[in-house]
Amino acid sequence: MDFQVVILAGGFSSNLQPLVSKEVPKALLPVANRPVLSYVLDLLESSNLKDLIVVVEGEDAALKVGGWISSACVDRLHVEVAAVAENVGTAGALRAIAHHLTAKDILIVSGDIVSDVSPGAVAATHRRHDASVTAMLCAEPVSGPSESGVAGGKDKTKKPACYDIIGLDSSKQFLLHIATAAEIKKDTRIKKSILCAAGKMEIRSDLMDSHIYAFKRSVLQKVLDQKPTFRSLKQDVLPYLVRTQLRSEVFPDEKTVEDNGKNNMQNNEVVLSQILSNASLPSFHQVYESGLNSRKTYKCCVYIADESKYCVRLNSIQAFMDVNRDVIGDANHLSGYTFSSHHNIVHPSAELGSKTTVGPHCMLGEGSQVGDKCSVKRSVIGRHCRIGSNVKVVNSVVMDHATIGDGCSIQGSVICSNAQLQERVALRDCQVEAGYVVYAGGEHKGETFARK
Amino acid sequence: MDPRRGPLAVPKVRRVGFFTSIEPSPETPRPNRSLSGPAEAITSSSPLSDSPSGQFISPVQIPPSRHHSDNLASRAAPVPVPGPSAFRRQLANDRTLHVGSYNPVDSLLGTSPPSSNGEVSEDSGSLFGFQRSDSAKLSASFPNGGFDMTVAVRAPGESEAKVATASTSDGRKKNVEASGESESVATKPRKEKETRSLKEKTSKAERRAIQEAQRAAKAAAKGEGSKRAGESSRPKPSKPAKQPQPKKEAPQVTSSVSEKRAVSVEKERRMDVPQTQMQYDDKSRVDKAKRRSVVEQTESKNKVELFLHLPQYERGNQLPNLSSNIFTLDTIHHAVYKVGLQHLAGDIAGDNARCIAMLHAFQEAINDYTTPPMKDLTMDLTAKINGYVSFLIECRPLSMSMGNAIRFLKNQIRKLPVDLSEPEAKASLCSEIGRFIDEKILLADKVIVQHAVTKIRDGEVLLTYGFSCVVEMILLYAHEIGRKFRVVIVDSRPNLEGQKLLRRLVTRGLDCTYTHINAVSYIMGEVTRVFLGASSIFSNGTLYSKVGTACVAMVANAFSVPVIVCCEAYKFHERVLLDSICSNELGDPDAIANVPLRNNKKHSKTMDNNKNLQFLNLMYDSTPAEYISMIVTDYGMIPPTSIPVIVREYRREDLLL
Repeated sequence: MDFQVVILAGGFSSNLQPLVSKEVPKALLPVANRPVLSYVLDLLESSNLKDLIVVVEGEDAALKVGGWISSACVDRLHVEVAAVAENVGTAGALRAIAHHLTAKDILIVSGDIVSDVSPGAVAATHRRHDASVTAMLCAEPVSGPSESGVAGGKDKTKKPACYDIIGLDSSKQFLLHIATAAEIKKDTRIKKSILCAAGKMEIRSDLMDSHIYAFKRSVLQKVLDQKPTFRSLKQDVLPYLVRTQLRSEVFPDEKTVEDNGKNNMQNNEVVLSQILSNASLPSFHQVYESGLNSRKTYKCCVYIADESKYCVRLNSIQAFMDVNRDVIGDANHLSGYTFSSHHNIVHPSAELGSKTTVGPHCMLGEGSQVGDKCSVKRSVIGRHCRIGSNVKVVNSVVMDHATIGDGCSIQGSVICSNAQLQERVALRDCQVEAGYVVYAGGEHKGETFARK
Repeated sequence: MDPRRGPLAVPKVRRVGFFTSIEPSPETPRPNRSLSGPAEAITSSSPLSDSPSGQFISPVQIPPSRHHSDNLASRAAPVPVPGPSAFRRQLANDRTLHVGSYNPVDSLLGTSPPSSNGEVSEDSGSLFGFQRSDSAKLSASFPNGGFDMTVAVRAPGESEAKVATASTSDGRKKNVEASGESESVATKPRKEKETRSLKEKTSKAERRAIQEAQRAAKAAAKGEGSKRAGESSRPKPSKPAKQPQPKKEAPQVTSSVSEKRAVSVEKERRMDVPQTQMQYDDKSRVDKAKRRSVVEQTESKNKVELFLHLPQYERGNQLPNLSSNIFTLDTIHHAVYKVGLQHLAGDIAGDNARCIAMLHAFQEAINDYTTPPMKDLTMDLTAKINGYVSFLIECRPLSMSMGNAIRFLKNQIRKLPVDLSEPEAKASLCSEIGRFIDEKILLADKVIVQHAVTKIRDGEVLLTYGFSCVVEMILLYAHEIGRKFRVVIVDSRPNLEGQKLLRRLVTRGLDCTYTHINAVSYIMGEVTRVFLGASSIFSNGTLYSKVGTACVAMVANAFSVPVIVCCEAYKFHERVLLDSICSNELGDPDAIANVPLRNNKKHSKTMDNNKNLQFLNLMYDSTPAEYISMIVTDYGMIPPTSIPVIVREYRREDLLL
């Protein structure tokens, strides 16, 4: 279908410190014991997209990601891993791999999306409207543990208020305004010309930009070339395109070229295009264009995913927890596992001590050992973890090879791989870096354990 | 006979009814002439009477006015046939029916030379009292006008007519007549036997064999005849001596050639038979189609009884379904896919636009096409196009004009010379498609505008219904050249296409009145002319157009307001349509259930579950020919009864040239 797919897998995101480390780039963070990138790859594969370009920031991360991809899905997918310099931003990353892009349209997918929205829908919308850019919006996910009142209040305050302000036209097909939460402190400016042309604008804050975009390659490359300072797709390129959709600087030369065609031929072309455009309800772009002859406009479309669809970006620690919880809970069709009658997954090789309960929406990885009288609720426990007796794990993620001593109590925390918790440690809303050792008897709340 | 060819027989009969003065003698060696172009027909026209099966000079070739005075005078009595059934009976009684050659498909596709065109357009002229003097442009479409399209077709026709009359008027005439009669007497018993036996065992293969034999014989006779035509001054030798000769010659001289031709003609014929519409109440077929289908569709629960033969699918989930598998549809070219999406979503409406969009997509698809190894371009590309077409049909049923365009394209593919290289073939196909768009749609529109503008006088009130791009062009052009008139735009829910037209007309400064179809009976009182667009016009003159058109036309008729239909000739269809049921399209039932700007979601929810309620959102309706005063087409202004002529005479050039 003449689409090229670029997955922006990022590198070692600073948002996710201390979860990411030299060993685990963001793309390989485990979600229900699978790297997050695998969800994206599965999603694309289910849409029959098998030629992918994965862009990773940093050589080390690229090696890691490339290694994982080649081991996991070399037989099914044709994946090209490209390494770009660190901290170039999404726009910079695309600039760096621009020479690889040849197709007419480019589908850009963030590597940290866990979703079941078909990327084909975005592509189809893009094609249908012949748009320059199409963004996928989805309903803002419910964040924080939904029913556990214990941690609820705490999480709310912790979650960054990252609402996007999105302006749509009355048909909800075109993007008139977009401002990311980061920019908005107090006020936001809306282009008068766009508002006048569209007539009506609907401003929404309950939608989230899900970082799946379809770009027309020519437009994207022109913008990237003309604006070398743009770093981020979402914060620079997309708002710029939306802002200038009625007075394009991206195509300054096209109108002039058209004039030197043969008169008759051109006349026919004009009639033809008129017939075609008359056939459809004119979008406000066309109306505007016809009013001012010299202007060239382009369309910025949106695809609004159905509310029943699941779409979350793994871009913060909170999101990481949420995703882990949802994938084995509400959105368990994404995980690809089959759940037992207790709504949990306990690997057959996992060993459970006596009087140990594993509640619903839990996952116990391969070869993990859980001692006596333990209780695991709404948590994901990785492979080959050793958990002592009398341990409570609630709303937490324990990654592979972690060791948890007897009598620990873990709530709403992330224990990274190879971390060690000695006896009687009580953690609440903490993150423990990979390989870190938390000494016995400590009681911590909302702390981050990382080596300096 | 192949049941699929059934409907095709009807237009033929219809045509006969119209041309009462022209005897469509079944013995007319049509298959043969379908092989030979008009040029060949010139030489063959007179000698044909010598050939065994052509005792009578083909009346189609000779202008009817001359028939009466000529050798056909004796046969004129049974000619004016009132109706189809009567015609058939008469033929049977008459016992000149030659089963082998009476093939309606032949006659439809057969190249009856265009000599009758003159009559048709003149007829129409006299019917409607054209003021030829007031418009030089008008005359353009008439025989001697300056239009390339018509002239090109015209020229051979005229010259041929001349030749035919010349040859009949010379000394041979009597000879021919005499020999024809004697021969008919001689051959009658033999023929009767033959036909009877044919009737007994009417297997298709046998009939075809006989047909081919006759064709070969005719070809031979023709060759001989042309030889003889050169030495026409000499008196003819007696018939019996000559007659056996062609029969003997036939296998030796022309059999190989004619057989090859016959096969290709057969093929063409099969291809040209319009696809029968799928009947959606036929369970097994629907299941089969479902297995093949690319777009997942669920059938709606509350189907409308009377329209079970039309696809009735649950709306709303088609678009998401289709768009989510954009990447799994590898076989569909992305341009075609885009057009399909736009059809499904209703982004493109209007027949011309849909057709153009489809053709553009095909152009792109052909450009990107590469023949797979070990495969033939013609075959493979046709299969590809077929796949695209069925995909498009799933998105939205094709309009008649699109069907015609597809037939044209397939013919072009079939006609590709074998020795053409792939890039050349692709280039030629693309340019042919471009030519089709330019000539059949754009140029046709221009011609129609030129014609129709002559019908707009100062101070008139014109009514149009819905939105038709040709009508819009006419109105804008008339405004441009300074005619003073007022436009009434009648619109209807749920699409409200008229609003688009209204917006554009008002911005151009036209004086408009906008009303809904409910008020048409009131507004018609002040209207002086009705201009309508068309989706298709069938060969019985029935107009197939957006639902509501029939209502407008009937009201106009009741008010004695002339109804002028503007339709490009490529939209004509040889089928006959009697009602709006057989062939129609059902729109989204929700579109009529929901009123915009009113929150009746709850209301419609309860309605959805009601088993006793069915929503019928018809897209098209048929307007009988009686309500149409005139059809403006690219071949001039014609009465609706002349549609079959255009279909017969001009459609061929797209298909066979």
